Order: sequence, then C-alpha cells, then structure tokens
Amino acid sequence: MRDLIDTYWVYFLVGQYPKGPLGGLALTLLLSALALLLALPLGLALGLARLSPWRALRWPVSALVFTVRATPLLMVVFWAYFGLPALTGYKSSQFGTMLVALVVFDGAYLAEIVRAGVQGLGRGQMEAARALGLSHLQALRHVILPQALRHMLPSLVNQFVSTIKETSLGYIIGLSEVSFIATQINTQVFTKPAQVYLWLGVSYFLLCFGLSRLAYWMQGRGERRPATASPA
Amino acid sequence: MTTGRRIVFDPSLVLSGPYRDLLVAGLLLSLELAAITLVFALPLAIGVALLRVAPLRPLRWLGAAYVETIRNVPLLAHMLFWYFGAPELLPEPLKRRLYEGNIEAISAVIALTLYTAAYMAEDIRSGLRAIAPVQLEAGRSLGLGYLATVRLVLLPQALRITVPPLISQTLNLWKNTSIATVIGVGELMYQAAQVESASFRSFEPFAFATLSYLSVSLLITGLAAWYQQRYPVRQF
Repeated sequence: MRDLIDTYWVYFLVGQYPKGPLGGLALTLLLSALALLLALPLGLALGLARLSPWRALRWPVSALVFTVRATPLLMVVFWAYFGLPALTGYKSSQFGTMLVALVVFDGAYLAEIVRAGVQGLGRGQMEAARALGLSHLQALRHVILPQALRHMLPSLVNQFVSTIKETSLGYIIGLSEVSFIATQINTQVFTKPAQVYLWLGVSYFLLCFGLSRLAYWMQGRGERRPATASPA
Repeated sequence: MTTGRRIVFDPSLVLSGPYRDLLVAGLLLSLELAAITLVFALPLAIGVALLRVAPLRPLRWLGAAYVETIRNVPLLAHMLFWYFGAPELLPEPLKRRLYEGNIEAISAVIALTLYTAAYMAEDIRSGLRAIAPVQLEAGRSLGLGYLATVRLVLLPQALRITVPPLISQTLNLWKNTSIATVIGVGELMYQAAQVESASFRSFEPFAFATLSYLSVSLLITGLAAWYQQRYPVRQF
C-alpha cells in the first residue's frame, strides 16, 4: 500500500495535470463545487416555484421535481450524455455533460431543501410581511429567504457531501475524476486491486466525513443561536 | 427538420422483438436486485441500529463506525471494491468457484446491502430514540431482560414509526440498483445501454428505462402515502 501511494499519489490527486487535463481528486472537488454552486440558484427558483401561489407555476415544477427525484442519477447522466449533443448540435465534453446532469439532479434535491426551509418558518412570517404591505416577492426576498437560508446551511453542506459522492458516476462516461483514476491505477498495477480501491474509499471517507462533521457542528451552533422567535 | 438525419420516435423498437426482451429482462433483474438486497439489509440494519443504542460504549462506537464509514463513501466505490478488490483477498479455490458463478450480481448485492443497511440503521435508530425511555424501564421492571425488552417492547413500536422512512430508503435502493451497471450486472440501465449501442437509437431504450424507473418509484411513493394514511403516527 505504501509504495502504491508513493508512486501514484500525484496522479491520484490531479490526474495528468499539468501535462494533460486536470483529473483525480482535484477534478472531483472542482466538479462538485461547481455543480453545487450552479445548482443553488436553480434549486432556489424551483423550491420557491413549488410554494408559489400560482397554480400554473406550482404544478409543472412539482411534476418536474418529482420526476427527477424518482429517477436514478445515472439515468439523468445518460440523457445528458446522449441527449445534449442531439439538442445542441455539438458534442459536449465529459465534464460539461456531468456538470449539466449534476446541476439538474441537485437542483431538484435543493428545491426540496429550500421548500422545507421556507415551510419550517411558519406561516406567520409571510402573513406578517404581507400585512406590512410587502408584495409576495418582496416578502420572500426581505423576510423569508434570509431566515430560511440560514436554517438550510447544514442541509447544504450535507448536499455538498452527496454531490461529491455523485460525481463518482462520471466514471461511467469516462470522466477522469478520482474513481476513474483509481481504476486506471488499478489497470497499471494490476496485482493490488483491493489496496487501490481501499485507498479510493479512504480518500472519499476523509473528504466526506470531514464535511459532514462540519455540518453537524453548524447544526449545533444554529440550535444554540435561534434565528427566529419561536412560532406561536 | 434537417435533411439526412431524421429524429422520429419509434416506440415499437422497444415494445416488441428482441430489444423488448432484453429490456424486460433488465427490469426484472433490477427488481430482483432490490428485493434480495432488502431481505439482507433489513436485519443487518436492525442489528446496527441496536448497536448504536447499546448500553456499552464500545458497541455504540462500533455501530457508529459502520454507519459513518459506509455512508461517506460513494456506492460506486463500494461496488468497485467488492467486484475488483475483495475477491482477490479470498483463497484460490473459493475465488475460482466465485468466478464460475455470477460474481457481478453477488458483488452488487453485497455492496447494495452494506450501503442500504447503513442508511436504514439510522432511520431505525431515530425510531428507537423516539420511544420514551419509560418503555424500557417499564419492560425491565416487569422482569424482562435488556434484550427481551428491546425485542418485545421497543422494536415493535420503533419499527412501526420507522416504516415511512424505510419505504423512502427502499426508493433510494431502487434507484441505486442502476449503479450495478458499472460492474457489468445486466440490469435495466445496462440493457438500455446495450440496446442503444446495438440499435443506434438512444431515445427509445432510455425512455423505456426512465418510464420503468418512474413507475416503480411512483409505486413505492404510493405505498408510503397509503401506509401513512392507514397507520397514522400514534401519540404516546
């Protein structure tokens, strides 16, 4: 195991970079951070649309969110992989394909986090804001969202952990993220598959466990400092 | 429409003939994977949940270590390990017998079982914690041992309130079976990709697979809704 890591750690961390494209653990992190960042506005829009007073908006978005959440991510990846070139006319990179699939998939999951965050505030907040003369959108922007987003923070970190785990599916379309690189290393070494995949597992574990501890810690802090007065 | 390349949806491609047979076989194998995994994962999950609430600290620690290690590694990495890595550690004769059998499906079921059990254990643990501590005390004061109290008093109540989250974990399990494609298990996603490369048509097989996943997911969601209506949460 020791000489394995000694020989391949650079390849494991960054892939062929700087002589080739970035890969490995760095690509996994880059892809998951970018995916979550881009999925946030989408999830916010979808989540608010699901709570919208307008039925014409609420129903189709609810159907979309349900459909995406009821399908495996792999299915979304396949649709992006084969559908995007047909739709846009040119072949997108594996990174682009995976990014689109993750943003759509995470958007649907974040929508539910946003919805839960807003609903967790209680109706009184919205009613009070409307009674003060704010419009629905103003009430969302100035009263509801600032509070809801704060409640959502631990869930967001957990979603980041999920996203990191989800990027491993890039393996299937040949994206050189860390699982793919591990398989490449396994092919080169050939005799130590158990050690190579153990190394892969430990790396994911350190990354995701660290982040989930962070979420746990944030949750504890949030509970000690309540953002809202207790609902009546 | 562009000349030369026509995009026409032809459902008969996947609703009859050899392609349909492949896809249906894939769907059945996916359902089988989910069912077998569920049978193994549930008892394992109950065991791990009991470890997590055990009165002895090392046992609690063991349960927590299991849950955290499994949940913080993607299912795909689990699959790769159990398919490529683990068999190499076995003694030669056992390994040979394993390779003669359906090693892909066995590895997939092992990975899915360990993964699903870790999530289900957490749900069962919350169920156990929702039961008032006086239930344990009452059981003990009636002369039952610790294990007997857990089995006869705590678990029946805890499992009842845990059913909805367990159904939602089953939905996750159903979606997760798709990842077995990676190690070459001939389930639904694998067959859809096979049909795609054989027929050069991607829309039809993927539509078939998507609709299949959706229908089963809808069925599981419906089951959860029915259960919650039929057996609403009782206040203790």
